[in-house]
Amino acid sequence: MQLAREELEQAYKQMKTIREFEEHLHREIMTGSIPGFTHLYAGQEAVAVGVCENLTEADFITSTHRGHGHCIAKGCDVIGMMKELYGKADGLCKGKGGSMHVADMDVGMLGANGIVGGGPPLATGAALAAKLDGKGSVAVSFGGDGSCNQGPVFESMNIAAILNLPSIFVYENNRYSEHTHCDYVIASESIASRVEGFGIHTVKANGFDFFEVHEVMKELITKAREGNGPCAVEFETTRFYGHFEGDPQNYRAKDELKDDRENNDCITIFKDKVTEAGLLSDDDINKLDEEVNSLIEESVDQAKKSPLPNPEDVTTDVYVSY
Amino acid sequence: MTEKTYREALTDALFLEMRRDENVFVMGEDVVGGTGSPHAEPGFVGGVFGVTGGLHEEFGLDRCIDMPISEAGIAGTAAGAALAGKRPVAEIMFCDFMGLCLDQLMNQAAKFRYMFGGKATCPMVLRTTYGAGMNAASQHSQSLHPLVTAIPGLKVAMPSTPADAKGLLSTAIRDDDPVIFFEHKTLYTISGDVPDGEYLVPFGKARMVSEGDDCTLVATGRMISFCENAAQALADDGITCDIIDPRTTSPLDEDAILDSVEKTGRLVVVDETPPRCSFASDIAALAAGEVFSSLKAPIKQITGPHSPVPFAKELESEFVPSPTKIRDAVAEVVNFK
Ligand SMILES: Cc1ncc(C[n+]2csc(CCOP(=O)(O)OP(=O)(O)O)c2C)c(N)n1
Ligand SMILES: [Mg+2]
Repeated sequence: MQLAREELEQAYKQMKTIREFEEHLHREIMTGSIPGFTHLYAGQEAVAVGVCENLTEADFITSTHRGHGHCIAKGCDVIGMMKELYGKADGLCKGKGGSMHVADMDVGMLGANGIVGGGPPLATGAALAAKLDGKGSVAVSFGGDGSCNQGPVFESMNIAAILNLPSIFVYENNRYSEHTHCDYVIASESIASRVEGFGIHTVKANGFDFFEVHEVMKELITKAREGNGPCAVEFETTRFYGHFEGDPQNYRAKDELKDDRENNDCITIFKDKVTEAGLLSDDDINKLDEEVNSLIEESVDQAKKSPLPNPEDVTTDVYVSY
Repeated sequence: MTEKTYREALTDALFLEMRRDENVFVMGEDVVGGTGSPHAEPGFVGGVFGVTGGLHEEFGLDRCIDMPISEAGIAGTAAGAALAGKRPVAEIMFCDFMGLCLDQLMNQAAKFRYMFGGKATCPMVLRTTYGAGMNAASQHSQSLHPLVTAIPGLKVAMPSTPADAKGLLSTAIRDDDPVIFFEHKTLYTISGDVPDGEYLVPFGKARMVSEGDDCTLVATGRMISFCENAAQALADDGITCDIIDPRTTSPLDEDAILDSVEKTGRLVVVDETPPRCSFASDIAALAAGEVFSSLKAPIKQITGPHSPVPFAKELESEFVPSPTKIRDAVAEVVNFK
């Protein structure tokens, strides 16, 4: 743990912001005020934050249908995101995209994605652009366990390998794709072993522990920046809610969720580590919690007050010019 | 007759066809749910929209196959199995995901019969959902029937009622050509009388939803109820409409549409896709070309705008044709001088 105090505070704040963002949505979805399909990232925060704390705005990420965590971790404006999820005119994507399509080019966030497996080819393209620019930027694609069975994902891995691109394939294995267990749909021993088939350097790591994620990624991202080509990581993780809100989750092992919440909560693990090591005090944590809570409250407040989109705008932004 | 939901009617057809022909099987993501799970018995999902629920209990996991998230693979294996004599019914959760499997549909399944000199059949059904109305945004709300209707070799069915859902799906399964079967995701919970036992609705035969004198309305799927709604309001003003549901966009019952337009002299086509190269423009061109001299007013097309489907409620409602827009369009053509 050679992180400076500000880095620790920043990491905690980011994870906690994601958690509270999702907890708010979890409550709010029941009331019907969040339109559309919303997939919550709670439980996986250490991965998004552990990865993105190694990136700058000049780096790129692509995300998934479960994208809020990646967006916040990469620096998307939380208030703008909340407005977007409420379908408001001044949301990050003007109410056109919603939960599955949050994006912000200004911070290198190339989009959540409604198409499972849609991101890796795009991130590989961004990595190609980064290589051509020669400034040491990298591109990270986040993907779930289920997404590794899409053909375009394999094609992009092969392309990244033959062109030696700074494309980093991050897999968040939360054991399930919708209701299907990863063991049934993934033929190889693991996702990692499969990616190795492309000659891509691959690591398996614990996604419950921010410090492990951060360290593994630091090394891989540094290598990618130096021109050593693509790499991949498979993180073990868990989602605290169903695939969608209202999912009865009867495909999970008895006590699996309870066990994960008790023993594999990345935020508790982080807190315990930093307080036991005396790096941050309980007071420090409480102060950060308060900051996060007021940010989330502010975002909800603004989102509720924000104007609805003007129906006429349905046809704006289809093209740059037409 | 039994009152059933659209969803139940589809399930009914699957049970009957799987019983009748052991070559019929279903495949897709979570069509059983939980297959191979270390923690759960398979079968608690039965498809994300619940259409394939319960099938595995009677037909087993060999004929009810959970698939990985591999749409190209799903479409391609269905096409290959069909070429080899089976009758797969593959589920693609949202038609938007056909983007991933288009090659298998467009270049493979659609063309075997023709390219191989009439010596091959590809009796596959690809069931999928379509349509806006759930704020599911641009990648989960499209209506892509025009895209596949434009491909020779594919047949395209789009039921608007529970009875048609059952009858058309049964026909699709028995049909020797590849069929893309569009289920509107907002229709699963509607109910209506459905014939018991085996029930077939022929392809290429329109349903006359209602009859009138002043205008012909042509639509499919969810838009049928919107047309009915508009027609009721118009009836108060003494305007009556033929409402025609072609039920299959390929093959298309041209005669039903043309006969009606000859009678009413006016045509409004309603569809929730964008307008360019669309179902609406196709029907409009048909009528303009064949019964031009019967027309008393310009043909109107009520469609979505030339844009993707937006997320926010206010924007999505603007995208989807409304009963009000349909009513106004009919009133306009009826009052055309
Ligand atoms: C191409 C495509 N196929 C299917 C879906 C439906 N779908 C949405 S999320 C999902 C499961 C994804 O599982 P995984 O990649 O493990 O991500 P997780 O949900 O666990 O984060 C599926 C099948 C989709 N959105 N896109
Ligand atoms: Mg998963």
